[in-house]
Amino acid sequence: MLTYKKPKKKKTPAKKSLATQVDIVPKKGEESWLYSDIVKEHFFTPKNLVMDASKVKDYDGLGMVGSPACGDMMKVWVWIDKKNDKIKKMQWQTFGCASAIGATSMLSVMVSENGGMPIEQALKIRPQDITSRLGGLPTRKIHCSVLGDKALRSALNNYFLKSKQKNRIVEEHARMIDKIAQVTDHDIEEAVLEGAITLEAIQKKTKAGVGNPEVMPEVEQLIKFYREKYFG
Amino acid sequence: MKKNIYLDHAATTPTDIKVVKAMEPYWTREFGNPSALYSLGQKAKHALDDSRQIVAKIFNCQPEEIIFTGGGTESINLAIKGVVLASNLKPAHIITSNFEHHAVLNAAQTLKNQGHEVSLVPVDAEGLIMVDKLWSAIKKNTVLISIMTANNEVGTIQPIQEIGAKLKKINQERKAKKLPAIYLHTDACQAAGALDLNVEKLHIDLMTINGSKIYGPKGVGVLYIKRGTVLQALIDGGGQEKNWRSGTENVPGIVGLATALKIADSKKESENKRLTILRDWLIKKILTTIPKTLLNGHAQKRLPNNINISILDIEGEALLLYLDAIGIQASTGSACTAQDLEPSHVIRALGRPYEAAHGSLRLTLGRSTTKNDLIYLTKKLPSIVKKLRQTSPVSVNMDTLHSSIKKYPREITSA
Ligand code: FES
Repeated sequence: MLTYKKPKKKKTPAKKSLATQVDIVPKKGEESWLYSDIVKEHFFTPKNLVMDASKVKDYDGLGMVGSPACGDMMKVWVWIDKKNDKIKKMQWQTFGCASAIGATSMLSVMVSENGGMPIEQALKIRPQDITSRLGGLPTRKIHCSVLGDKALRSALNNYFLKSKQKNRIVEEHARMIDKIAQVTDHDIEEAVLEGAITLEAIQKKTKAGVGNPEVMPEVEQLIKFYREKYFG
Repeated sequence: MKKNIYLDHAATTPTDIKVVKAMEPYWTREFGNPSALYSLGQKAKHALDDSRQIVAKIFNCQPEEIIFTGGGTESINLAIKGVVLASNLKPAHIITSNFEHHAVLNAAQTLKNQGHEVSLVPVDAEGLIMVDKLWSAIKKNTVLISIMTANNEVGTIQPIQEIGAKLKKINQERKAKKLPAIYLHTDACQAAGALDLNVEKLHIDLMTINGSKIYGPKGVGVLYIKRGTVLQALIDGGGQEKNWRSGTENVPGIVGLATALKIADSKKESENKRLTILRDWLIKKILTTIPKTLLNGHAQKRLPNNINISILDIEGEALLLYLDAIGIQASTGSACTAQDLEPSHVIRALGRPYEAAHGSLRLTLGRSTTKNDLIYLTKKLPSIVKKLRQTSPVSVNMDTLHSSIKKYPREITSA
């Protein structure tokens, strides 16, 4: 009979984390886009994703937003535990990069874990709350996380509308800053999120104050405000 | 084992081992400064001269018409800014296309900021420069036309020879009218190794190539400057490279570039043949197996190694990450991968909407690419696309897409 000698087990090297397996380097630029392991995990295996939008039924609210920053889109469905005024479930679809997909996936986990998040609390979620749970995002990718919380608010507004709670609708009004260039505070917010964090960069992007120097101090104020809000 | 299939040769190529070997002596042993009189310096000088001759032979020009620079971007800047500065006109006018590499477009923008004039000629839906518009853009103070030989993103090959021949006639008329001559510069970085670089045949005055796209070293480039071309240097110093590019010559790099160009030239015909077959096979395969796809660029007038296809309803960065996870390296024109969050200006110049730029996938083949690599890709791609499409709320209507491409305004713009 043949004796079979068990080969000595070689020490297997620690399994490489996804972070070292998957890396992506931007087309033209210095900053490398190393996504955290959490982002990658949510990107490759998204949670609460809608596979076929035509099959989603009996939801309580639907929200959809597009990002002017890079032309991406996101759709969010919510189910509400009406008795406790909590979010039961959130599902979504997104057209965008790994950050956008990862951030929405994480958001859907955040609002539905531990028996669901109270609506009042969900309305207060900030992009930073999502990014910190993701272990951070590259600076130029912060705007992708904003899309998620906007879509959630829009879905909740849709729920308020459908359930006759109009008083709870949170409207996001844009304020005109430069009438000549037609630039609102939202435009400046978007531009800051896209990485235009100096007055010069903002002017290049939005033309705010170019033909209207009186508005410059206010534009500067807003840049400071949004910089602190998102990057501070 | 995880595969490693590199399909981004338009971004850069690995340095050929033969090139590395050719460079080797010039680091430590033959390290002399070519300007020095002793024999060590003279050896370096010989290496420089030989390299210049190799390049000149392939370009069909005189060695004196070849200068070495620190890369393609530098050569382009020297050609464009150098001509304008030397013209002594304020404003001088230059013409280029909205389809060029950023090195050209941003150099033009800088000149514009300094008070010069720039006209950007549009391309058609396949990426061919609209030659009639090019001629109508010419003004009294025009001093330069800069059109790339072949595009880096979609591979479209421009009719440089035709443009050069016509410009020659125009310049004769201008001479009679005592108007300044218009020089023709071509950015041939992507074309080198694949297309004919015979400057006489192409009727060009200035031509740029670099090392890193032809299996040579990075950080070294060539500018062909036709005898008699008036150019102002951008880098002043010890007067090397006929005063056009001061600074001690990068001898190993230059030797490497010349060796790489020589190898590329000798392989050109057979590689072109091989890659064209692979290219056409892959394009057909993707277009027929994946619905809602669109070829970007011209089907025939295209670099043999370039495939660029828009896969609608998905976003390029997400696609690249999925491909990378299975060992394939590619590139996209999606805004999400761009530093400025703007989608590719090249895909947009074709008249394709944002959505098409977002989902564009560029695969550029090279010497190491095999049919098996591409079969592997075509086996995996459809399921990745399907998965990403399922997660996407976007659904582009192909008819509207095609009609918007047709209606796209193609006008001359001013940078
Ligand atoms: S969605 Fe475009 S950069 Fe993230």
